[in-house]
Amino acid sequence: MSLSLFALQLLNGVEYGLLLFLVASGLTLIFGVLGVLNFAHGSFYMLGAYLAYWIGERTGSLAVAIAVGIPLFFAAGWVVERLAVSRLYGRDHLSQLLLTYGLVLLFNELQRALFGNEVHGVATPRLLAFRLPLGELQSWPAYRAFTCLSCLAIAAALRQMLLRTRFGMRVRAGAVNPEMVEALGVDVRRLLSVLFSAGTALAALAGILAAPLTTVYPGMGEGVLIVSFVVVVIGGIGSVKGAFFGALLVGLSDTLGKVLIPGIASAMVYAVMAAVLLWRPRGLFGQPAEAR
Amino acid sequence: MTLPRSARGALWAGALALALVPLSGDRFWVQFAGKVMITCLFAVSLDLLVGYAGLVSLAHSAFFGLSAYLLVGLTNQLGLVNPLATLPLCIAFAALAALFIGWLSLRATGVYFVMVTLAFAQMLYYLFSESPALGGSDGLYLLERPRLVFLGRTLVDLAKGTAAYAAIWIVLVLSFLFLRRVVRAPFGRVLTAIRINEPRMRTLGYGTYRYKLAAFVLGGALAGLAGYLDATLYGFANPAQFGWRQSGLVLVTVLLGGKGTLYGPALGAVLLSVLEHFAERATEHWNAVVGAAVIAVVLFLPRGVAGLLESGRG
Repeated sequence: MSLSLFALQLLNGVEYGLLLFLVASGLTLIFGVLGVLNFAHGSFYMLGAYLAYWIGERTGSLAVAIAVGIPLFFAAGWVVERLAVSRLYGRDHLSQLLLTYGLVLLFNELQRALFGNEVHGVATPRLLAFRLPLGELQSWPAYRAFTCLSCLAIAAALRQMLLRTRFGMRVRAGAVNPEMVEALGVDVRRLLSVLFSAGTALAALAGILAAPLTTVYPGMGEGVLIVSFVVVVIGGIGSVKGAFFGALLVGLSDTLGKVLIPGIASAMVYAVMAAVLLWRPRGLFGQPAEAR
Repeated sequence: MTLPRSARGALWAGALALALVPLSGDRFWVQFAGKVMITCLFAVSLDLLVGYAGLVSLAHSAFFGLSAYLLVGLTNQLGLVNPLATLPLCIAFAALAALFIGWLSLRATGVYFVMVTLAFAQMLYYLFSESPALGGSDGLYLLERPRLVFLGRTLVDLAKGTAAYAAIWIVLVLSFLFLRRVVRAPFGRVLTAIRINEPRMRTLGYGTYRYKLAAFVLGGALAGLAGYLDATLYGFANPAQFGWRQSGLVLVTVLLGGKGTLYGPALGAVLLSVLEHFAERATEHWNAVVGAAVIAVVLFLPRGVAGLLESGRG
């Protein structure tokens, strides 16, 4: 394999990983702070992609989809958290799993009722429909570069928010010891609502950004959900930093696996996770057992 | 936690009524009830792990699938049709796989354990669905159903619907009674105690890892039994049997019915199958009906459908 082709695959792996990070960062925070195993997270990714398709058909613009999608899914997340998820705080993980599984079935039917069962494509924004030259023979679509940069910008913003603001401080404290945060007088209920909604919006944004790269199809959220769980667990539950490096690791091993060992590429991601967990049972950046 | 006598009677009456389904002569319902009973066995075997030992395993379908594939391999490649040979081999194979996967997975705890078991199930899924020698994504057909031949006379032929149905019913009842015995024995008590407070059990001197591994292997072996029956009933093995979707579905069945009761998951399997069947006929959006039912159970019946029966006596 030529060097430029390898570089191309490397870039694709990074791009896939960064998109996964958008989904996984919300998942890890919802899991770490709310203690909720949210199976419906992938549904928001799917619905985001469908929104991009629907708006793209009518306006031809991805920017509109992003501008509409983020507030829309923030609100949707708020409603879901208030109506359903918040009733299960303090119940065991399995009840939450069951509830969010029920939500997945509902969202799947919503998607079927609204958009039907067809597979759709979404056009790349015209402004970004060119390719960046890479070496002499290869080129990389500019839209993929745009996706990478957007995700990196979001990751940086998330990091600043978590490390530098009062809200971020409370979130981090909540991931370690929610009872203590509540005892210190923080309105944890609001904090949890905001967090769940923000995670939902991020997942939907990932879906919107991914729509021109993949096709839009029913059930597309489930594959992403499972891989995002893998990312969360590799990184360590509740750790956004872990989600970032976990997502890159998963993105690269998936993409490079497809190139280097095509036969068993799909199993590669899971083999990586099993290896990481057998080496570090709480993920790369997970809290030790005593701190949780 | 004990069941009122009336509810217990009703459950046994239901089990006996299941045995009479073939008398209806309707092939569809016999097949349907057979499938439901296999799901019951599968769910009850997972309940030993989830409801008693507190081990939420997503690898459970792997043992189901491995056993089904081994049966197909033994029959098609070696021409073994005698269930007295194939059944022990398939169960032993499932148990061995459970021993290996459990041995590695049980080093992790909590959600990490869930994810490691998911990883093994997914690796097996891709191994079987992507290698042509193992049938690829289409799976493999079972050329001959197991049948018991003695001195040239066929005693039991599981290719016949009624014989297969009777075998499934007997296996389900025996497995249920066996598991009930297991969870009431000191072994089951120790598992429950480990679920509630593992450090304390360790302090008391119990080798909790060994107990959990034993439960994992026992559950895996019974899942293998369910897989064997499934391949016998349908005549094929499919890689979809390994996937997380299958494990997730049976987990939902256990939780819906009520974990840690044994009869709850069996009830859950029956109710979910029947609900799916009729919702599918009534509306195109039957998944929404099932989803709403699942959500309603979580919100209003914290202990699953089984909680409804128990609440009769507080």
